[in-house]
Amino acid sequence: MEDRIGKKVVIDMRGINKWFGSLHVLNDINLLVRAGERIVICGPSGSGKSTLIRCINRLEEHQQGRIIVDGTELSDDLKNIEQVRREVGMVFQQFNLFPHLTVLENCVLAPLWVRKLSRKDAEETAMQYLERVHISEQAKKYPAQLSGGQQQRVAIARSLCMHPKIMLFDEPTSALDPEMIKEVLDVMIELAEDGMTMLCVTHEMGFARKVADRIMFMDGGRIIEESNPRDFFENPRSERTKMFLSRILSSEKLC
Amino acid sequence: MSTVLTLLAVYFLYLVVPPLVKWAFIDADWTGTSRQDCTGGGACWVFITVRFNQFIYGFYPAGQQWRVNLAVILLAVMLVTLYFKRVSLKFQVVTVIALTYSLIVYILLVGGVLGLVPVDTSLWGGLMLTLIIAGTGIAVSLPIGILLALGRRSEMPVVRALCVAFIEIWRGVPLITVLFMGSVMLPLFLPEGMNFNKLLRALIGIVLFQSAYMAEVVRGGLQGIPRGQYEAADALGLGYWKSMRLIVLPQALKLVIPGIVNTFIALLKDTSLVLIIGLLDLLAIVQAAFTDPDWLGYAVEGYVFAGFVFWLFCFSISQYSRYLERRLSVGR
Ligand SMILES: Nc1ncnc2c1ncn2[C@@H]1O[C@H](COP(=O)(O)OP(=O)(O)OP(=O)(O)O)[C@@H](O)[C@H]1O
Ligand SMILES: [Mg+2]
Repeated sequence: MEDRIGKKVVIDMRGINKWFGSLHVLNDINLLVRAGERIVICGPSGSGKSTLIRCINRLEEHQQGRIIVDGTELSDDLKNIEQVRREVGMVFQQFNLFPHLTVLENCVLAPLWVRKLSRKDAEETAMQYLERVHISEQAKKYPAQLSGGQQQRVAIARSLCMHPKIMLFDEPTSALDPEMIKEVLDVMIELAEDGMTMLCVTHEMGFARKVADRIMFMDGGRIIEESNPRDFFENPRSERTKMFLSRILSSEKLC
Repeated sequence: MSTVLTLLAVYFLYLVVPPLVKWAFIDADWTGTSRQDCTGGGACWVFITVRFNQFIYGFYPAGQQWRVNLAVILLAVMLVTLYFKRVSLKFQVVTVIALTYSLIVYILLVGGVLGLVPVDTSLWGGLMLTLIIAGTGIAVSLPIGILLALGRRSEMPVVRALCVAFIEIWRGVPLITVLFMGSVMLPLFLPEGMNFNKLLRALIGIVLFQSAYMAEVVRGGLQGIPRGQYEAADALGLGYWKSMRLIVLPQALKLVIPGIVNTFIALLKDTSLVLIIGLLDLLAIVQAAFTDPDWLGYAVEGYVFAGFVFWLFCFSISQYSRYLERRLSVGR
């Protein structure tokens, strides 16, 4: 499918509704993402940001609406889900590295078992991406032997080894000590500069300003505001966005 | 207070240990061929040495006992290799080794092929039978237990219900009942003439019983794995079986090694229950030996010996498991 502008649409969410019991966590979400777009999602805690991006690789199931990722519609069909997950990488707040495997093994696992690469090819790819996140010298270590920032970079490399078309980030720097945030953000900025399609849930407004094509503000399960970084920061339309921004920007200055 | 307890303990040991040592070693008889040689007034280990072969091999024909020995030597070689070579304990490697070994042991002990004389299982007994029952019990119940544990956590209601029912039924019944049912009731339901092997029936009973316990042990481990691990595996597109095999189970099983070993030790000791269905495990054969008129009155020696052998095995197993835990704890 081609969009007006001519770039391919890689994520197409229409009329998404989702409930956890009686809690309406996603309320009529519509979202189009084109190849190469960088989108930052922010909003207060509990507003549904994580749930939204987790619907894209079906870690959460939506109850109404359609989600089409890279031409594959997400439904109960396991084949489709696996197809989508192969093309979509995800980085979690808590890293979620596999503690019983070395850094290198973490990275070769999915290419080996899902993409069916040979071990040699998988290891070559892994080393290449570990170099790219500046951590190749730690390849033989176990995750517990690394700092938080290093672990998160490994997690990014692990996703990239699958050559995903889309990367999802769910607050990748929120669990990190301040001095490690930058090393992770730098890797993400490099990734953005290479043209990766990215959706990032983050409160790092400096990062948002720098790389985002679009910033979305969520509250109460809705996308309240959606605009380019300049408009978003300089003249936000809704009151809630203004309040959120004033709170988050003032706390950022304190740091 | 603690000094008083210490003194009491020392006094107690003083009362117990010297007579025990005197009985078991100083006044004991070690060599001889019959009860006429029991002259020392202490323990008469002649009883054990005379019957030793039977205690180990049961009635396995003397000329064929090398087959049993070979099976043990193979096992020792395997364990020593694993110990020194530090072969990585990968799923495939372990499975292939275990299956190959079981097949070899089966062929060796049962015979009937490759020029090996068939040896009927009714001749098996003693320590050998105890170890075969316990070994088979653990080796077969572990994979079944893993599947049951996964089933119990499955999102498919039917699978889950079946697994819960299976586990709860077998866990709620004493092993002795299971063995009785296997040996007494099962034949009633089977068609006339179809009379399958007593040992096999006992093994099936023990495996079913044991897998229910194993399932609960493994489930404990599965619960210890954080949700993030499942999610990361899902997000990479691994799919259910691959994420279980590569991510979840290796971590979960490592967590429950102590539990698995505990179950194994309990099973090893529980094997002596098979004597009630007429299988002559170590304990049963020792008991049979001291009710032999030639050796009436030597029950204590028999029980001490049987107890010591059980202890030796259980203790070695628990030591091996501690080593395994230490070795697997790298990177944690
Ligand atoms: N598995 C679940 N079961 C029930 N409720 C859930 C579940 N996951 C999330 N919720 C609820 O849904 C709402 C949205 O959660 P979500 O994690 O998407 O918020 P978020 O915007 O990512 O918040 P945060 O900034 O704290 O991560 C919250 O109120 C949360 O408590
Ligand atoms: Mg969240």
